[in-house]
Amino acid sequence: MKLRGPRDFLAGVVFAGIAALSLYLGRDYPMGNALRMGPGYFPYLIGLLLLGLGILIGARGLARPGPGIEQVRVRPLVLVLIAIALFAVTIDRLGIVIAVSALLLVCGLASAENRPRQLFAVTGLLLAFTLAVFVYGLKLPFRVWPL
Amino acid sequence: MTELLDQLALGFGVALSLKNLAYCFTGVLLGTLIGVLPGLGPLATIAMLLPVTYALPPESALIMLAGIYYGAQYGGSTTAILVNLPGEASSVVTCLDGHAMARQGRAGPALAIAAIGSFIAGSIATLMLASLAPPLASIAFSFGPADYFSLMTLGLLAAVVLARGSLLKAVAMVVLGLLLGMVGSDVSTGFFRFTLSIPALGDGIDFVVVAMGLFGFAEVIANLERRQGITAMTIAAVGRLLPTAADWRAAAGAVLRGTGIGALLGLLPGGGATLGSFAAYSVEKKLSREPSRFGHGAIEGVAAPESANNAGSQTSFIPMLTLGLPSNAVMALMIGAMTIHGITPGPQVMTERPELFWGMVASMWVGNLFLVVLNLPLIGIWVRLLSVPYRFLYPAILLFCCIGVYSVENSSVDVLLALGFGVLGYLFIKCDCEPAPLLLGFVLGPMMEENLRRALVLSKGDPAVFVNQPISATLLAMTVVLLLIVVFPSMRKVREQAFRE
Repeated sequence: MKLRGPRDFLAGVVFAGIAALSLYLGRDYPMGNALRMGPGYFPYLIGLLLLGLGILIGARGLARPGPGIEQVRVRPLVLVLIAIALFAVTIDRLGIVIAVSALLLVCGLASAENRPRQLFAVTGLLLAFTLAVFVYGLKLPFRVWPL
Repeated sequence: MTELLDQLALGFGVALSLKNLAYCFTGVLLGTLIGVLPGLGPLATIAMLLPVTYALPPESALIMLAGIYYGAQYGGSTTAILVNLPGEASSVVTCLDGHAMARQGRAGPALAIAAIGSFIAGSIATLMLASLAPPLASIAFSFGPADYFSLMTLGLLAAVVLARGSLLKAVAMVVLGLLLGMVGSDVSTGFFRFTLSIPALGDGIDFVVVAMGLFGFAEVIANLERRQGITAMTIAAVGRLLPTAADWRAAAGAVLRGTGIGALLGLLPGGGATLGSFAAYSVEKKLSREPSRFGHGAIEGVAAPESANNAGSQTSFIPMLTLGLPSNAVMALMIGAMTIHGITPGPQVMTERPELFWGMVASMWVGNLFLVVLNLPLIGIWVRLLSVPYRFLYPAILLFCCIGVYSVENSSVDVLLALGFGVLGYLFIKCDCEPAPLLLGFVLGPMMEENLRRALVLSKGDPAVFVNQPISATLLAMTVVLLLIVVFPSMRKVREQAFRE
């Protein structure tokens, strides 16, 4: 079968997939009854509803022609994700100076137009701003330097 | 009437304190800033700044956050007029005639009318908010759990109908939001749901995490894909600011009509600022004796939508403050902000925290005054800001998002979760799913479950309670009618056409 509306089809797959996962994870949650709704009651209803909607949307994607999915550009996607992940794994132990520098230097590479000198300048400026405003100004309880 | 005056006096007492004036000013300044910059919206900004407001008293926090929202409507018009790019979604129609005026060398009058029209609209909408909210809140007090459940159902469906794009996908997004709202310990039994044995998920997913992922991270990635190669924009010269007498005559009616339409549509779920501006523009075009002037620099085409979006952004606070029901994603964030400060949104806010409610209302008028001053004499500064390229901007956006998410609970797991939502949001952008309905469902999910549970306990498990009680039955009937209208093909065409214009 040929995919006519890939955007609808992809959306349907995402919705149905998440719904199926929730129904699977919640398979043993106590249901209770209408008078005493258990913790599994509402999620079950919602999960079924989402599964139905996902299948409907996915089926529409098979049947109804629609625009194709825009091409994914790997560079910005991957570099931005890596940059954020680096921030997350470094901030607790290595502190905000290293975490922010890593975030900014890596995400700066996501745009092909950035030149190295500009990259360092932007990083330095924003790092100074972070320290001045968040750490010394608002006194947010961040670790500043490595342990 | 005297009561209203007393309450407004109380409100101005709060809003005019030096500290709150400063927060109001900061809010509208930031609002203008992000309004001017394309690619950064009020949603992401409010979510980024939420953690910063933890330390503030609740009224100051809300005054500032509200300022960001309506301030963005002013800033959005500047970009629309000068560079033909909508700074905000609500300024899309302003581009048509605003930029046409700019090309004719009349950018100044267009900017002035946009700012003055917004100010008049803001003042009228603030008065509306002050006079409409108390009676609405007193009605809301008589609502039982079944009524609330039906109200939320209606609200969510209406929000979806008025949203742009595919209806079915928007419904699915709402339902997915409801499901995500279930993560964490169940309110009444303490049972852990969908936590995947991750301790950080025990308290549920913080909505800052969801908002940042969907609106911060995902938007940046999508913008980076689209903007490769776009460099310098051509910025029109501002020129003389003051509109001519003929401009005033042409714009006066449009400002008032735009205010009315915007204020009314702002009240509806899913309304807010954007819908009003579209509707106001098409009404002006229909009413005009020479509709052909529209699109070629008709000043009414700037005055009406700009008044409407500002009026709408203010009246959309009414359902949130009186019913605890967010009519759009920004209001959902405001509810989150109130919850963080230990305030349960709903009709009791007005009686239990009058200084908060009236302080916020009064601050909106003050904020509008600030905005006129900020936007007209200082226009040159904003113009210069427009020339900052996106490649310098997005690292700052990512940085503030990361710090914002992390500072909620100093949890690096939250940052990783937000990253996950960023990927999800990116997927949704790729398949044309609007993320805003998801956030609405996410905020309303736990409330809906609680009200459903309570309603069924009160009725001893009989689901007929939703149709037996008059308020609930009326609301559900409205939901069904709305559903039928939507499913009916001819109505669907009208909706699609309305959004195309």
